[in-house]
Amino acid sequence: MNVAIVKYNAGNIFSVINAVKRLGIEPILTDDAALLRSADKVIFPGQGEANTTMNYLRERNLDQVICSLSQPVLGICIGMQLMCKHSEEYDTDCLGIFDAEVKRFMPQRHEDKVPQMGWNTIEQCSSPLFTGFDKPEFVYFIHSYYVPLTPDCTIATTNYIHPYSAALHKGNFYATQFHPEKSGKVGERILKNFLEL
Amino acid sequence: MLAKRIIPCLDIKDGQTVKGTNFVNLRHAGDPIELGKSYSEQGADELVYLDITASHEGRKTFTELVGKIALEINIPFTVGGGINELKDVERLLNAGADKVSINSAAIRNPQLIDEIARHFGSQVCVVAIDAKQTEKGWYCYLNGGRVETDRNLFEWAKEANERGAGEILFTSMNHDGVKNGFADDALRQLADTLTIPVIASGGAGKKEHFRDTFINGHSDAALAASVFHFGEIPIPELKQYLKAEGISVRI
Repeated sequence: MNVAIVKYNAGNIFSVINAVKRLGIEPILTDDAALLRSADKVIFPGQGEANTTMNYLRERNLDQVICSLSQPVLGICIGMQLMCKHSEEYDTDCLGIFDAEVKRFMPQRHEDKVPQMGWNTIEQCSSPLFTGFDKPEFVYFIHSYYVPLTPDCTIATTNYIHPYSAALHKGNFYATQFHPEKSGKVGERILKNFLEL
Repeated sequence: MLAKRIIPCLDIKDGQTVKGTNFVNLRHAGDPIELGKSYSEQGADELVYLDITASHEGRKTFTELVGKIALEINIPFTVGGGINELKDVERLLNAGADKVSINSAAIRNPQLIDEIARHFGSQVCVVAIDAKQTEKGWYCYLNGGRVETDRNLFEWAKEANERGAGEILFTSMNHDGVKNGFADDALRQLADTLTIPVIASGGAGKKEHFRDTFINGHSDAALAASVFHFGEIPIPELKQYLKAEGISVRI
């Protein structure tokens, strides 16, 4: 299987490469449109800030390329947020694949620290991405912005300060707010499920 | 619900895991990658790898080992020891570390925190503080506890928070290695003042100490070494206990 990982100016991309390698697949890291289009699966990972990453994608026309992909695509963390319509982070227009607005966490109590950092449960999982899970499972999150519950796209929910989207799906596009590449065995299964779509 | 984190700390010297008692008398405790994998399988939530001699000897950290760890480990891990400048951070993150922990260098050059936050994001920047309580109050130490400073623990932690640290890892030198519980009063004061997570370190001896630091110390995570390395507290047993005590943990 040919797995391409989108190369751009976000952090934490090596973790995704390593996680795919642990599943026995050697992924390619590329920003080449032809290579991305010809891959069986594309992963759009990363950690970072919406405005800088979005500008980088636009300068290289990667925004058009990502939106035009027709094979299964998995966005992770900032990847997922960039696939939404707009982010409050520096008032950034994003790719618009998911009709959703990315918002900043507003702490309600002192214990609500931002970013959320650590393991939280995902629930109401309704997608082949979550095949094999029959109870709420813990996955690893690090983020300051979130995607609210979105009736047409939310395929898993979680709760920090309030309920919000842990994962989204529309057509061939899938995305997780958490980091499956850092979520132990559960995350490994989610990545495997994606690669088997 | 966000879980309280259990973090085994692997102190590394010459590629091997060691653990000191009160920062001296190092004892051998195994291969860092095998130990890390084993902890991950037992349910550790994160790992910390500290190159304990790096700061003292001015030696650069263990990039090669970090690369191997990143290939094998499927949970987040932090590396620290001997990080003096931004390019040390970049090298370790590129090798696959999720976060870096800075200690002496941050006190010597607090601007380093701002730089890490700006270049890589606050989430990668753990500020580790070694402090000791004397009749004067809580004061910070450099170089693995060898050099005293005039920085007050609470003031320094607040400054680190404001400069863009993502987490504070506080080790009480009074409690470290003594196995009599974490410094919960100081931890609580930190957790209740700071806007970022606080990791308790130093003093774990039995399961109750973890419960106490989560409940009384308001800690977001607890770090320990020898009680895990020598199997005194198996992580699955610890987590079952904490769950039964009503604490949210990942099982």
